[in-house]
Amino acid sequence: MTKIGLEIHCQLTKLKSKLFCSCKADYRGFEPNINICPICVGLPGSLPLLNKKAVEKAAMIAMRLGCKVPPKIGFFRKNYFYPDLPKNFQITQYNVHGPTSIGSEGQILIEDKMIRISRIQIEEDPGRLIYEGDPSKSLTTFVDYNRSGTPLVEIVTEPDFTTPKQVRTFVNILSDLLDNLGVSDTSLEGALRVDANVSIDKGEKVEIKNIGSFRNLEKAIHFELIRQESLAERGMPIPSETRQWDEGRKITISARTKEEEQDYRYFPESDVPHVLIKDQLLEKLKENMPESIISKRERYVEKYGIPNQVAEVLSTDKFYSDLFEKAHNENNAKEIANLITTDLMGLADTKEKRDQLKLKPQHLSDLADAILNNKITRISAKTAIHEIAKTGKPLSEITSELDLGRVDDESSLLNIIDEVFAEEKQAVEDAKQNIETVNYLVGKVMKKTKGKANPSVTLEIIKKKLK
Amino acid sequence: MRLSVSATEYRDQIRNGTVTVEEFVSKTLEKIKKVDEQIHAFITVNDDAINQARNLDKKLKAKEKVGACLGMPISIKDNICTKGIKTTCASKLLQDFVAPYDATVISRLKAEDAIIIGKTNLDEFAMGLTTEFSCYGPTKNPWNIDYVPGGSSGGSAAAVSACESIVSLGSDTGGSVRNPASFCSVFGLKPTYGLVSRYGLVSYANSIEQIGPMARTVEDIAFLMNIIAGQDPNDNTTIDSGAVDYVDDLDVGISGKKIGVVSEMMGEGEQKEVTESTRNAISKLEELGADCEEISISEVLHSVAAYYTLTAAEASSNLARYDNIRYGYDFGVEGFEFNAYISRSRKNFGDEVIRRMLLGTYVLSSGYFGKYYMKAQQVRSLIKTQVERAFQKVDLLISPTVPSMPFKLGEKINDELALFRLDVNTVTANLANIPAISVPFEVKNGLPIGIQLFAGHLQEKLLFQAAHALSKLTKLPESPI
Repeated sequence: MTKIGLEIHCQLTKLKSKLFCSCKADYRGFEPNINICPICVGLPGSLPLLNKKAVEKAAMIAMRLGCKVPPKIGFFRKNYFYPDLPKNFQITQYNVHGPTSIGSEGQILIEDKMIRISRIQIEEDPGRLIYEGDPSKSLTTFVDYNRSGTPLVEIVTEPDFTTPKQVRTFVNILSDLLDNLGVSDTSLEGALRVDANVSIDKGEKVEIKNIGSFRNLEKAIHFELIRQESLAERGMPIPSETRQWDEGRKITISARTKEEEQDYRYFPESDVPHVLIKDQLLEKLKENMPESIISKRERYVEKYGIPNQVAEVLSTDKFYSDLFEKAHNENNAKEIANLITTDLMGLADTKEKRDQLKLKPQHLSDLADAILNNKITRISAKTAIHEIAKTGKPLSEITSELDLGRVDDESSLLNIIDEVFAEEKQAVEDAKQNIETVNYLVGKVMKKTKGKANPSVTLEIIKKKLK
Repeated sequence: MRLSVSATEYRDQIRNGTVTVEEFVSKTLEKIKKVDEQIHAFITVNDDAINQARNLDKKLKAKEKVGACLGMPISIKDNICTKGIKTTCASKLLQDFVAPYDATVISRLKAEDAIIIGKTNLDEFAMGLTTEFSCYGPTKNPWNIDYVPGGSSGGSAAAVSACESIVSLGSDTGGSVRNPASFCSVFGLKPTYGLVSRYGLVSYANSIEQIGPMARTVEDIAFLMNIIAGQDPNDNTTIDSGAVDYVDDLDVGISGKKIGVVSEMMGEGEQKEVTESTRNAISKLEELGADCEEISISEVLHSVAAYYTLTAAEASSNLARYDNIRYGYDFGVEGFEFNAYISRSRKNFGDEVIRRMLLGTYVLSSGYFGKYYMKAQQVRSLIKTQVERAFQKVDLLISPTVPSMPFKLGEKINDELALFRLDVNTVTANLANIPAISVPFEVKNGLPIGIQLFAGHLQEKLLFQAAHALSKLTKLPESPI
């Protein structure tokens, strides 16, 4: 049987400071080696000072993933040499001598399949190596310690996945969950990194590292399964090893066999005393935890009558569900949900576009009210959203500037309908024979009015004229 | 003007104006110049000390506020970080390391206007008990320069003993303050774990070691503890000990106190003079009204093995950062794979450091972790339990500080196990997180013998009172140098 398990590293990007010092945790876009101090570069004599906020955020993740949170957590040293690791050990958590990591034995439901979470641990990110051009040819390696000490949680699943597709779905759901929880902005490059353990019946476990994106994750696992199956078919052994995903060639290549595997010599990090996780703290965190995606979706459907599919799309996206919550006043909730999912989401689908979005919750509220009060048509609303997104001008201004006000006085509509009847003689005849074709004429009127015509009044007049 | 004054006497003299800070500091620097070629207590002497002394004199003259140390020259073991002054750990790997920050103990001393007169010699990274394992060569015992000063804080002990500074700070992982204190006839304290901040102490075995003061009187030890003890936001392992004044009530005596004589630390395998001296101390304490009884802490027999297992394990990890990338540059060959690159600089560690790092790497390896490291942790927790139980019965424990008198340079340098065994009486305090002090007690054949007193967790005040009472009965000569 195919078994796939994941090791997911998620940076707690919503934290301001690093895991063991007060340096800025954000390393993106900074000049190298400026957000550093004696602690995060491991100067002799420096000592780690635990960021309690990181423990709280990690505890929230653990609870949301249904994990047990122990009454006391501890830290361990994972010893290995690498130039980006200033102390040549990483401070992390470890459960072999009894559970001391922030979470264990959780589970999460993915499309009717329960995926078990074996553990969640808090750890520090190493620095970054920067090469001149192609890493394999670069003569100089630079080290940037700005990232060193950035708070991470590692989430380890049981090998419960059987297809690459399930993995993709899981990772999408997990990243939405982490975003929604307000612990991480997983859209940032490097904020969510996934390694996969893949094995088939006749082989040992193979770990795939260095997978850059979710799309490549699915591809890498897919490739690896085919590779392993073809080995098995030929009766060849599948040894336990670590393989790297080669982005360019879209294949996995052997990095090291398990015999060469490092012995990390884990032992307790006594410079970071055990932290007691009191029930009161967990209660407090639970109270302040953002509502879960599932509960949001249910509320959207039950309370506001939003269709299930719309609620699903809206609840999984923190950016838009936050916007929704700020904009609606219950009465216009359904209309706002529609506006967001049908008109707005396509407009701003990347982080950059979202950041540039000028639209404010008030705009959506005004727009929904205008639709509900028949002041603007759905079609005009779409035009208005485009304009608001770009300019951020108030709806009233945009309505008059673009002349989007709804036309529903009969005399003006009558003139336009007369024009259409003159131009579309055949269609008029058709409609007289078969009233079902009348929508064609309504559409022509809408086109002439640039979508401003009141559709129901238009239909009535046309029907009257056809008689 | 005498250099052999205590901190208290020094402060009186400065306040009275009988001597200026500059006079005292320059006299101290002269003394260092005169004797340190023979003793080699210092790795670095602070060039700026005299300027700092002058500035303090100006402040004193202008009746400005000056901190409690009043410019007292203090020497610092060279594994404690001092901003702007090299911190070498007596290792080739850190020969040019200048910390960009002060250890917490240093900033507290500076806030009280102490003057750092220099950085003292030690066994490389504090691993050793003779100060012979220094990449700068050994320190010699001021009582007889053919003899070792003890270690690893041998430079600090020698500097205090030879009046090259009034007091000093050392670090004690398994006896590294008390052992040289005993060999050089000064007082040396290993405080309760967590009482003194380790921020800025270059880690060797971080779950075990503490910075500790060394001085020529108990009162000076207490005075220093008033400055350096206490919780520190830069060290999460420090504990809140409340506001204790260690100098107050030093003189209350020990009448009625119960003192346990640790059977496992007496007699067997011990030098005869040392045992005699300890028996002598015990009867003196009884004369003062203390009630002494034999007490057994059986795990002491496993303490040295447990101690070396744990400290080596921690050392192998703590010293991993000296990897030729940022420390210990050795650029020899061009074109390299990084493992080879890292290993190139690591041959620059001294033999003793390499030995302990190999040992530590071994005991942490998968397959051996349970057999060695975990077992050593079990011994440690048994020792803690037995020590706690002992302190339910008695107020203090007593033993010789070191089972031997000072010995000659080179005499034991190639006998690792003989050296390790010298730690047998001291490591218990480290493994049990309790305070212990070495009290200079006798000088036999021109060589000092120290007595060790232990007290329960955070019972430093009681410990000082007992040490003070014992020391009042001794009339010891000054070191001959």
